[in-house]
Amino acid sequence: MFEATDPNALQLTSDGQLRHFLTTEGLPRDLLTEILDTADSFVDMSQQQVKKVPLLRGKTVVNLFFENSTRTLSTFELAAKRLSADVLNLNINTSSTKKGETLKDTLMTLEAMHSDMFVVRHADSGAAHFIAQHVTPNVAVINAGDGRHAHPTQAMLDMLTIRRHKGDFAPLKVAIVGDILHSRVARSQIHALRTLGVDEIRVIAPKTLLPRHIEALGVKVYTEMAPGLRDVDVIMMLRLQKERMQSALLPSEAEFYKLYGLNRDKLAYAKPDAVVMHPGPINRGVEIESEVADGPRSLILDQVTNGIAVRMAVMSKAMSGQLSQHGEISEEEQA
Amino acid sequence: MVSGTLSIDALLDKMADETRALITRRNLKDPLMIGIRTGGVWLAERLHQQLELTSPLGILDISFYRDDFTQVGMNPKVQPTQLPCATEGRDILLVDDVIMSGRTIRAALNELFDYGRPASVSLITLLDLQRRELPIQADVIGGTLALGPDQLVKLNGPDPLTLTIRQRD
Repeated sequence: MFEATDPNALQLTSDGQLRHFLTTEGLPRDLLTEILDTADSFVDMSQQQVKKVPLLRGKTVVNLFFENSTRTLSTFELAAKRLSADVLNLNINTSSTKKGETLKDTLMTLEAMHSDMFVVRHADSGAAHFIAQHVTPNVAVINAGDGRHAHPTQAMLDMLTIRRHKGDFAPLKVAIVGDILHSRVARSQIHALRTLGVDEIRVIAPKTLLPRHIEALGVKVYTEMAPGLRDVDVIMMLRLQKERMQSALLPSEAEFYKLYGLNRDKLAYAKPDAVVMHPGPINRGVEIESEVADGPRSLILDQVTNGIAVRMAVMSKAMSGQLSQHGEISEEEQA
Repeated sequence: MVSGTLSIDALLDKMADETRALITRRNLKDPLMIGIRTGGVWLAERLHQQLELTSPLGILDISFYRDDFTQVGMNPKVQPTQLPCATEGRDILLVDDVIMSGRTIRAALNELFDYGRPASVSLITLLDLQRRELPIQADVIGGTLALGPDQLVKLNGPDPLTLTIRQRD
């Protein structure tokens, strides 16, 4: 764990623009909406012949992954390339830290390469925050998942997926199902859903996979699927990490699937037009039945597509915020 | 030097006439009109109606293509570009409110070509403020305006469409 200061003092400029993206917690609704609006434009752009805009031309983006992830890394890479940035992917868990280099030393080395943005994934909570505190002032930091703390771009791509399918957040009942305790995705989703003003947020999990005092985040807690899924509009499944089985938080995968796995029978508790989401990679037959994952109400592949657009939006907004912060932006312009 | 608020109806009539002549002269078949957000869209809506064009109007948002991202940052209110039909092989009538440096049009052309290869692009602008920084010229111009160094011109709309010239703050 790293020491924490107020994340919004760090991730926003003095006039409220995004300059780092570390957490969805505490960000104003207008800013989240702006991110979604910008991402919407990028989704449309991805249907063009040329899927590229020159916004970050000449900028260098370093994907700094201290923890493996194929999906998140590749969508961040594609997002940066579609913004015309130069991209460097570094899997640190296989390189320098093994040789004893500290995080600060790694950072200084990369800064000497004149990077403009770090996309950071780390197994420790607070790592992106720590890096944002220590980078050169004009470098943007995007959190691509830190420990159990936050995964804000995943949450925002989920919000975009919900908005593109349901339109308005206000009337929605949303259920988050699975390992809430260890999930940075769930935490970021809850903060974003609350700020965007959904009607009701529910979490459904066995008691052993629920953090204590989770109600304080403004969610309703259920330990059974039938009442928890009743009348919901959106079901957000979480990935079950197999190592949790060994730590005796769960009896077995089969038991978990029987009680919490989403199959067609359990889906029937939700509204007839309820949609199903999952951050991937999915464990078929552990959290979700194949017929549901591949079915007409599954948005799992839309989430991947929207993930690129959301990451483009966050990267370009953070870069823009950094430039305005450092006085490179002039006041008024005429066409 | 002028200042104050002006109606542009007379200018629009003149632009419609000249655009009609341009379509005939260049033998443009079923041209596709595209307005650049925001002022250009307002003007294009009027011209599209006056010229009774059959292809639906397109809307271009060039926010992602500007060359001054590092100077002005990103427009927080980006809206999607909406091109109702393929631009490949089409004769395009591109509409904007003001041409000055030519950089907006440069960005618009870059974006347009990312959607396909049009047969031709003609440019229609309400005002030419001159002071060009790129070799780009309009085919139809409502009027030319010489602004003082501290003056700004702004198109207000969509209804009524008026021009305001004011001193820079």
